Amino acid sequence: MEKIIKAEHIVFRYPADTDEHQKPVQNPPILKDISLEIEKGSFTAVLGHNGSGKSTFAKHINAILVPESGKMFVENLDTSDENLLFDIRQKAGMVFQNPDNQIVATIVEEDVAFAPENLGVPPAEIRQRVDNALKAVNMYEYRNHAPTQLSGGQKQRVAIAGVIAMKPDCIILDEPTAMLDPQGRQEVMQTIQKLNREQGITIVLITHYMEEAALADRIIVIDDGSIILDDTPKKVFSQVEKMKEIGLDVPQVTELAYELRKAGYPVPAEIITEEECLQALEKLL
Amino acid sequence: MAILKTEGLTYTYSAGTPFEKTAVDHVDLCIEENTMIGVIGHTGSGKSTLMQHFNGLLQPTSGKVLLDGQDIWADKAKLREVRFKVGLVFQYPEYQLFEETVAKDIAFGCKNMGLSEEEIQSRVLETADMLGMDRELLERSPFALSGGQKRRAAIAGVMAMRPKVLILDEPCAGLDPKGRNLMLSQIRDYQKKSQSTVLLVSHSMEDVAEFTQKLLVMSKAKLFCYEDTDKVFRRADELKQLGLRVPQIASVMQALRKKGVPLPEDLYTVESAREAVLALLRKGVSSC
Amino acid sequence: MLKDITLGQYFPIDSVLHRLDPRFKIIYTLIFIIMLFSGNHYWTLLIGAVFVVMAQLLSKVPLKMSWKSLKPLLPVLVFTAVLNLVFIDSGDTLLEWKFLKITQGGINTSIFMICRIILLIVGSSLLTYTTSPILLTDAIESLMSPLKKINFPVHEMAMMMSIALRFIPTLLEETDKIMSAQKARGATLDNGKLMERVKAMIPILIPLFVSAFRRAEELATAMECRCYRGGEGRTRLRQLKASKGDYIGLGICLLFLAVTIILNIIL
Repeated sequence: MEKIIKAEHIVFRYPADTDEHQKPVQNPPILKDISLEIEKGSFTAVLGHNGSGKSTFAKHINAILVPESGKMFVENLDTSDENLLFDIRQKAGMVFQNPDNQIVATIVEEDVAFAPENLGVPPAEIRQRVDNALKAVNMYEYRNHAPTQLSGGQKQRVAIAGVIAMKPDCIILDEPTAMLDPQGRQEVMQTIQKLNREQGITIVLITHYMEEAALADRIIVIDDGSIILDDTPKKVFSQVEKMKEIGLDVPQVTELAYELRKAGYPVPAEIITEEECLQALEKLL
Repeated sequence: MAILKTEGLTYTYSAGTPFEKTAVDHVDLCIEENTMIGVIGHTGSGKSTLMQHFNGLLQPTSGKVLLDGQDIWADKAKLREVRFKVGLVFQYPEYQLFEETVAKDIAFGCKNMGLSEEEIQSRVLETADMLGMDRELLERSPFALSGGQKRRAAIAGVMAMRPKVLILDEPCAGLDPKGRNLMLSQIRDYQKKSQSTVLLVSHSMEDVAEFTQKLLVMSKAKLFCYEDTDKVFRRADELKQLGLRVPQIASVMQALRKKGVPLPEDLYTVESAREAVLALLRKGVSSC
Repeated sequence: MLKDITLGQYFPIDSVLHRLDPRFKIIYTLIFIIMLFSGNHYWTLLIGAVFVVMAQLLSKVPLKMSWKSLKPLLPVLVFTAVLNLVFIDSGDTLLEWKFLKITQGGINTSIFMICRIILLIVGSSLLTYTTSPILLTDAIESLMSPLKKINFPVHEMAMMMSIALRFIPTLLEETDKIMSAQKARGATLDNGKLMERVKAMIPILIPLFVSAFRRAEELATAMECRCYRGGEGRTRLRQLKASKGDYIGLGICLLFLAVTIILNIIL
């Protein structure tokens, strides 16, 4: 498979602060030697607790941050090359946590048009892209609404449409559901899955909700600036002890299965859904 | 004893305009002292509007709110006292921090109560300790703290007023699982220590299942139920119909029960399910 | 509540006036203002009134809305009227009491001024009722674009205006929330002496500023991520295009202006 994102030994720390004697104090590294590759068209979740470095990593993918050492490539474009900045950002779009702080315009369709306008796309084509993007996130009927009239989940979908209008190959979402209610979270997750399946857009989802990560093809767990787990959701969640140790949750049913297995009963390790748990318990009882 | 009561509480937004909307519709409630209560419901179910009535931030369109048996709107001059007795912590409370130091910010509410310097000082320290905040943090600017500590500082500001009722609107929004658990157990400790009533508004069924004794469920501006937590989760099917999730464990256990497995009805945490399943398995083994 | 304040009083319906090019509507408004101030004869007012009534009918905006825009300015009207009444000393004296003297000339001028201000407000508020803020910003940007030649940052100004428009409701809502939160901590916001009141605003203003700066920073990053790099090479989704109707409107406005000026010269 073709790789869309390649990280090679990335190390990153924020610039040195000065102490009270004006001497520079070096900050500890946020990312310590991260290497990974992400396949085109895949859906990858990056899990980690607050301060683990997961968001810092995400910001490297579209060159908001560049590594101190090591290299990051997006479609073989080096993110440290400033001349490629806009090419990279067009190919790898980014959606942020707070939907209010990424919507620029007072009307939904104007906002979705913002990126293509910046890219100098001809007006007729902008219109087409805006309509398609809004339809893709199921917000077309709201195209003339003001963003303030929308719910959190709807705003976040508009933000996603704003990225799709750039025709990116990859979308990075940095905790897009952290500020939403359960319904908004569901709307956003369904949209992401749909874009991944129907349009083949590569998804990198940064989150600390394990229910969301469970929907991905692959989970990368980052803790203290290093990758500590990188596997399918089933394999990752079956490491209950390791997950708990770094302060992450596993689904309740996975935990129950783990507890029963620990007590000596033959329960399979890879249980992450209610149905799987139900089947296993039925067999057992 | 009841601390808070509502009688036919109704609130209508923008009454008399085309945007008129009844957010709270004839709610009768009787909330006891010294209880940990979870408040659940959809966004727009009216739960936040209801909470803002408890401390007099909103005035009912009709109906009454009684605190200690007194109608809180009987004497408007006493409303401020109501707010000291019923503390309200909004969602993302860290955005209300403004003082130069954390200690001063925590003291803001107490100062408004007109307490003495020493009293304020001791309350600030006690509350900070209860929430596990380092003493040296207290002299820092609140804006220099980490996200979780900012949140604690803001919550401490309301807890230090020692309200009889403390309402927290989504105190764990945006925190990671570890931070969420720590926050909730600190809130539970506060409740036990202060013997006050705590209302915890939350979207997480797992959290309310684990941390609360009673649940207040709002749906479409009406009170759906106010009952013991385990009794509410027995009605898993009804909750699902309201569009609310139930904890995974509650669903699985109920499904097993429906298939004839003799499990108790009040299982909704991993811990309780583990015990019940293990007990059943042991019994099975011994009977063989 | 604060968020009930309607800013940018756009009245979203469809009418002839709504459909006109916003750039032309700004020009019409300017011509209208010049017309009102081009003479001191009652004829000026009459023609102005005919113009406003015509525009009002074309806009389909209910009269109630015009009253809404007038209401907050009533004190200004009364103030102007009183000033003119008291200070203008011409014509027959109608009433004299101590140093106060009310004359026929004073009454005439008062009435004239009030009518002129009412017409001015009702007429020019039709611009904001029939044009969405975003279109208005676009139009201003377009009308001012010749200034780019002297390095005036026209695009940046317009971008700033539209971002401000976008964030005003958000920040109002936020102010509401912060006020409630501080009230819950026993802050008193609406009584006490002036100094106390100013001091009471601090717990609201500081969090509001902190939040506004945080939002600004996040928005800047989000804009860069969507390839924003200033006005150069930028295209627009919506193109402003002048139609026949716009030019006809311009003709009518100029005709009104000409009639007013000529009448003022003749009479």
